[in-house]
Amino acid sequence: MTKPTETLPDPEAPWDAEAIGAPFSPWRDFLVRFAGNKSAMVGFAIVLVLCLVAILAPWIALHPIAEQDLMVSLEPPLTEGFPLGTDQFGRDIFSRLVFGARVSLQVGGIVTLVSMLIGITVGCLAGYHGGRLDAVLSNLINLVYGFPLILVALLLVAVIGPGLEGAMIATGLVIWAGFARIVRGEVIALRNREFVMAARALGRGNVWIIVRHVLPNIIGPVLVIASFTMAVAVIIETSLSFLGLGAQPPTPSWGSMLNEGRSVIYRAWWLATFPGIAIATLVLGFNLLGDGLRDVLDPRMRT
Amino acid sequence: MLRYVLRRLALLVPMAFIISIVVFVAMRMIPVDPGELVLGPWATAEQRELARQKLGLDQSIPVQYLRYVTTAFQGDLGRSIKSGKEVTELIRATVPNSLMLGGTALALAYLIAIPLGVVAAVRQNTLVDQGAMGFALIGISIPNFWLGLLLVLVFAVNLRWLPATGSGTAAHLILPAVTLGLQYTAIVARMTRSSVLEVLRQDFVRTLHAKGLRRGRIIYMHVLKNAVIPVISLLGLHIGGVVGGAVIVETIFAWPGMGALLVNSIIARDYPIVQAVLTLLGVAVLLANLLADVLYAAADRRIKM
Repeated sequence: MTKPTETLPDPEAPWDAEAIGAPFSPWRDFLVRFAGNKSAMVGFAIVLVLCLVAILAPWIALHPIAEQDLMVSLEPPLTEGFPLGTDQFGRDIFSRLVFGARVSLQVGGIVTLVSMLIGITVGCLAGYHGGRLDAVLSNLINLVYGFPLILVALLLVAVIGPGLEGAMIATGLVIWAGFARIVRGEVIALRNREFVMAARALGRGNVWIIVRHVLPNIIGPVLVIASFTMAVAVIIETSLSFLGLGAQPPTPSWGSMLNEGRSVIYRAWWLATFPGIAIATLVLGFNLLGDGLRDVLDPRMRT
Repeated sequence: MLRYVLRRLALLVPMAFIISIVVFVAMRMIPVDPGELVLGPWATAEQRELARQKLGLDQSIPVQYLRYVTTAFQGDLGRSIKSGKEVTELIRATVPNSLMLGGTALALAYLIAIPLGVVAAVRQNTLVDQGAMGFALIGISIPNFWLGLLLVLVFAVNLRWLPATGSGTAAHLILPAVTLGLQYTAIVARMTRSSVLEVLRQDFVRTLHAKGLRRGRIIYMHVLKNAVIPVISLLGLHIGGVVGGAVIVETIFAWPGMGALLVNSIIARDYPIVQAVLTLLGVAVLLANLLADVLYAAADRRIKM
């Protein structure tokens, strides 16, 4: 079982001025590797297109989202003026899907930002401070992390009442543990590195060290988790809306559209199909982007 | 090992109390007068006050909680606001259904996923591998409520092979169990594949090859045994996940389990049921997490040996 050994670079060969001349730029290095990663690029393309759809929704949509016309109730796809058909109230499914992208991306974005802030704060506190505080916070992180998001979300929705705000608060309050876990581990690894010790020897305060030396070094893993968190947040939002506990009519959430499709599933397959394709595409986009970013940014996290 | 399990079990008791307190206090923060919920919007102020006293809501929250816990340990979780039925009875009727659904889903997931992951790893980078992993990626990205609708559309509406909702026969169990299990099939298949690939790279596998053992025998006798340990240790985590996922799947298929009971009670604002079911599901998740940690520890010991 002999394999051909890789040829090592010849130490006597003249230096390749092209390769060595330019100073190393982490930013350019990232872009080159990102562009070369298939799943990162596909995921990025999906997310980008859906973001553009959300931003340009008023110009893409063919009808106002709440425009009802019972004369065209439950028209199948490819009907004149309704490319993806209509629902039981005669509303254009295509237009509602386009505006639904706004709901999912807004909810996902806000939830991810909030949970990122909570997660980084808790993770830094636990990892950098260590000791008792770390023990308490780690237990909290593990408890929250191990808890099914939908159960906590349902508890909060039961208290706050149905609606997107409740759904966002609920999701944000439980989803941060994913960030906190990773940040804590990274901070522990960084805490005793030379450059942190050097800053400490120079008399820098802890906050300064964390902001200037620790945070820039954990951007990579945080970005990876952010992408996966977007996927989870979109699933939770659409799940709650599907159960009738998230977005309320006439807000066009993909989840509530599927819920409406459920009641007419024997007569109209399209209403139970297209919103699901939209959700799965967006979630797949963020999952692929996260997979790709992980490969590009942090080889240690590869599975 | 035994000491570790006992310590974790001891920790479980205060955690279960914390969950019950969180749920209890949350339920008391709902800005709705329970007297109005029981009697309807046309009750007079006196009638409502009487109802509040009868429900014990005129006491302070700690006193209310103590009363709730003592009666709960006697098997009395209160009565439904809407139907007046005992909450204990309602839950007792749903537990076996939920266990059956969750168990079938997980069994199905592991039985399909482990062989799939092994085949994908053994034939790494072939069409089989790419197909299996593509299936896994889709399985992770499809939200379970849409998968449920699609399965209903295909197998109940178009082919008419299986019933769309209800329970009672094995045929009723198939669609909900597949819906609930697919996500875990995908996750476990991915885990198995990477785990098998890791073991295949180890020295002892090369030694077995050098010894002249056939490849099939190496994989099924030696590699699988080592590769399956980290995969099995995920089971606890997945049980917790299934408890959450069942809430949605049971609602879609009108499966009479605890999840559907919870969602219907939230919509009907029947808070005694919501409180009891959320607390029980929370404790179930705690138990599943405990199982997850114990399995991890056990797997770790095997690996260190």
